[in-house]
Amino acid sequence: MTLLKEPDFGTPAKDGPASVSLEVDGMRVSVPEGTSVMRAAAMAGVDVPKLCATDRLEAFGSCRLCLVEIDGRRGTPASCTTPVADGMVVHTQTPKVAKLRENVMELYISDHPLDCLTCAANGDCELQDMAGAVGLRQVRYGYEGENHLDAVKDQSNPYFDFDPSKCIACSRCVRACDEIQGTFALTIEGRGFDSKVSPGAGESFMDSECVSCGACVQACPTATLQEKSVIQLGMPSRSVITTCAYCGVGCSFKAELRGDEVVRMVPHKDGGANEGHSCVKGRFAFGYATHPDRMLRPMVREKITDPWREVEWDEAIGTVARRMLEIRQRHGAGAIGAITSSRCTNEEVYVVQKMVRAAFGNNNVDTCARVCHSPTGYGLKQTFGESAGTQDFRSVAQSDVIMVIGANPTDGHPVFASRMKQRLRQGAKLIVVDPRRIDLVRSPHIEADHHLQLKPGTNVAVVNAMAHVVVTEGLVDQSFVGERCEGFDEWAQFISGTENSPEAVESITGVPASELRAAARLYAQGGNGAIYYGLGVTEHSQGSTMVMGMANLAMACGNIGRDGVGVNPLRGQNNVQGSCDMGSFPHELSGYRHVSDDAARKVFENLWGTTLLAEPGLRIPNMFDAAIEGTFRALFVHGEDIAQSDPNVKHVLAALGAMELVVVQDLFLNETAKFAHVFLPGASFLEKDGTFTNAERRINRVRAVMKPKSGRHEWDIVCQIATAMGYPMQYDHPSQIMDEIASVTPTFTGVSFDKLDEMGSVQWPCNEQAPDGTPIMHVDAFTRGLGRFVPTPFVPTDERSTRRFPLILTTGRILSQYNVGAQTRRTANIAWHQEDVLEIHSHDAEVRGIEDGDEVTLASRVGATTLHAQISDRMPTGVVYTTFHYPVTGANVVTTENSDWATNCPEYKVTAVQVTLAHPVSHLNGEAAADRELAVGLVD
Amino acid sequence: MAKRPPTVSWPSDSWIDMSHDEATEIRLINKIVVHFAYLPTEEAVIEVANHVSRFWDPRMKRRLFELVDSETKDFEPVAVAATALLR
Repeated sequence: MTLLKEPDFGTPAKDGPASVSLEVDGMRVSVPEGTSVMRAAAMAGVDVPKLCATDRLEAFGSCRLCLVEIDGRRGTPASCTTPVADGMVVHTQTPKVAKLRENVMELYISDHPLDCLTCAANGDCELQDMAGAVGLRQVRYGYEGENHLDAVKDQSNPYFDFDPSKCIACSRCVRACDEIQGTFALTIEGRGFDSKVSPGAGESFMDSECVSCGACVQACPTATLQEKSVIQLGMPSRSVITTCAYCGVGCSFKAELRGDEVVRMVPHKDGGANEGHSCVKGRFAFGYATHPDRMLRPMVREKITDPWREVEWDEAIGTVARRMLEIRQRHGAGAIGAITSSRCTNEEVYVVQKMVRAAFGNNNVDTCARVCHSPTGYGLKQTFGESAGTQDFRSVAQSDVIMVIGANPTDGHPVFASRMKQRLRQGAKLIVVDPRRIDLVRSPHIEADHHLQLKPGTNVAVVNAMAHVVVTEGLVDQSFVGERCEGFDEWAQFISGTENSPEAVESITGVPASELRAAARLYAQGGNGAIYYGLGVTEHSQGSTMVMGMANLAMACGNIGRDGVGVNPLRGQNNVQGSCDMGSFPHELSGYRHVSDDAARKVFENLWGTTLLAEPGLRIPNMFDAAIEGTFRALFVHGEDIAQSDPNVKHVLAALGAMELVVVQDLFLNETAKFAHVFLPGASFLEKDGTFTNAERRINRVRAVMKPKSGRHEWDIVCQIATAMGYPMQYDHPSQIMDEIASVTPTFTGVSFDKLDEMGSVQWPCNEQAPDGTPIMHVDAFTRGLGRFVPTPFVPTDERSTRRFPLILTTGRILSQYNVGAQTRRTANIAWHQEDVLEIHSHDAEVRGIEDGDEVTLASRVGATTLHAQISDRMPTGVVYTTFHYPVTGANVVTTENSDWATNCPEYKVTAVQVTLAHPVSHLNGEAAADRELAVGLVD
Repeated sequence: MAKRPPTVSWPSDSWIDMSHDEATEIRLINKIVVHFAYLPTEEAVIEVANHVSRFWDPRMKRRLFELVDSETKDFEPVAVAATALLR
């Protein structure tokens, strides 16, 4: 249910020309073949009463409210399940159907609580609406008969209640869980009068397989499934369309409020990325924005061991500016820099990088994409000419073969995963390349045709072997390659080498050669082949190489430049794509133009009235190295928690501790803030006006529903710092910042807030050549002209298992928590994940005397931490897995300095470790122990 | 599962694997060389030099020059040649 009601046409739209003409209540309408009579009527402006039908679900025909009469046909067919026919004449309002509808409603109401006035759904209830629509005036059955009014509520889910006494058994919730979400957690138990909605096999919602996406709540026409927030706070009174601030899917939501209190977030049906669907995080976990932990006043301190002192904004901004200038004066312009946020808006990121380049006077700006998808930027730029994915999310609906490499979309990109699963249930083939048996390998009605369960660190060997098969077995799309690419002959010669054959790499990768050959053939010959990949590709010492390897494979098979194909990075954060687009890289200006590009630099120099450096600045890992060296002394950290999220935490903490000035702008006092001298309170997405860019290059509007709780907009704070440092920066509204971005960035020239308000969202490039944006890239030509094949020799990582550290640790995420958990740990999502655990295979556990739930020490050559073990057969032997959502786990204490050769993206996915039953820390002694106690205390 | 106090610790020195002690610049440029090893030597030298020029900051480049002069034996020959090009 929702406040801002989008039109509901009753049944899904059908594709094709409007070739069938019919008459509904005297009005002519033409619709595509296969359209239901109900939808055709709605398109003619006639709303046929309905309860079980909604245009997000396939027709079901159970409520019997939508009956109509059709000339020449017997009886009163249900309009939702009756397809149109040419020349059909439909009557939706006749005495006969009116009487039948009234009778149906009488039956429903005879077994329904009559507490409308106190019901949470009062005013937002389709049952109420239909009672009015059919003119219900009496219930002749009375209320004394058998009924369900005593049915027990299920309040187990932290976000919504299930009240079966109000259920009309329309099955919308069951169908939503099946068709939209793809979890199949709900069913109708029993038959006839005993029919009831049941999660799982009679379990509670919380104990069932329900993933709390809210699709059932959204679909429910009554108050049966109702948000607890609506029950407690009442119906919202206004609605603002905005964009989720969690993952890179970028779901569009209606923030529904009473005053400026958010009552609920309802997925927006017209959202380009999500089309009305959501996951537990975006739908329900917004409470962090008003959590008591929110810091709302600026604070300063001289030393990081001093207590914080609250100050006014002017003093805080003045302190930052004064100290930055003073450090620059003493140590040079290269001694200061900033890290931008992948969670803040494009406009905020743009002004931070502008502050660094124009006010700080250097290129020492980097973004958290450094530690996740920077290899995507490098690899796709080298091969295709553009640092972004090639398709829109809708494209997956045309895929015949879907290859998921190093990604776990059901957890990391759940709304996109639901789309993918819809296509898979329709028959598309699935290849999963992952050391773990992720949920997608085998889930309801889906089974991977091939699960290549490779050893961590061998991605490039696998993709090379697949390409070897394609080339040596004559499966290359010669016409695509000949017309659209260059460098093929040299690459083909390289990839044909026997060292790249599946047989040669089998012992390295652990993937049987026959399985690999079959997967390669499927990808090459199965029709539209699409690759979706994540950090299991990029966070490796050959991350960039692997991205190029996938691009090579896609080009060789002609799988670029149309719907259903492509190379698609699943970018993790809500605006990591945007932060890259905005030039928050030490080597690139906005639009991915190198700082050495004189023409590009001139554009900014002219506009900004200053000279910019032509040499790259410090990347994040280099900032840490330089800080320890003593040459990098001040850092502005915008909306990032590098002390928790970056690898080799000991090194990061040493770097932070070495700096003279650390400024943190964030919602909460996070791990990094423990090393800060100035804390500037940030604003949540509910308080911001701006844009986010998601993984499909879709620029979405973010609209404030309340004023910033700190009293200042984040972009304004940054501008004031720059101004106080002597470089005036002033805007009246974020739309002006976007106008500036558009004026200097060729791929954004058509973008403006007005355009986004008009179109809803737009995918860049959006310019003269593509005024309505670009859903699919490289259609007629690659951005660089011809696609470039790049040889990708496999080089094993230096991080090998040894006798001392015989296991390999890989890390990842789960559905209910997000990144470092700063947001989700402050919501009821902790109900699903109270701590990070170590997943370990039963064999590895047994030889170590470890049982399920035991506390274990996870140690690498750089650090150790303790956490609880979970025996899991999802992991192969020799590989262990954990998440990094809780700072107390310190998962990144054990990850190392190894990184991608091209971009320095850390190799989070391969760390040699040992796991042992935990013991007290008793081996520390003397000064070393004191130092480490301090470090531990600071970390905690 | 019972809550337990957080315990993060660094390993004692005997745990530290010393084999990863080489300077960052040496490690990184040698890896870049390996990536471009498929090219003829002259082209590889140019590509390595280009990559370092485009992505490394001045501090890393200065350090690279110092290290090549003092620790030449730790560098791949192509890396040495690329550094000469950068100078």
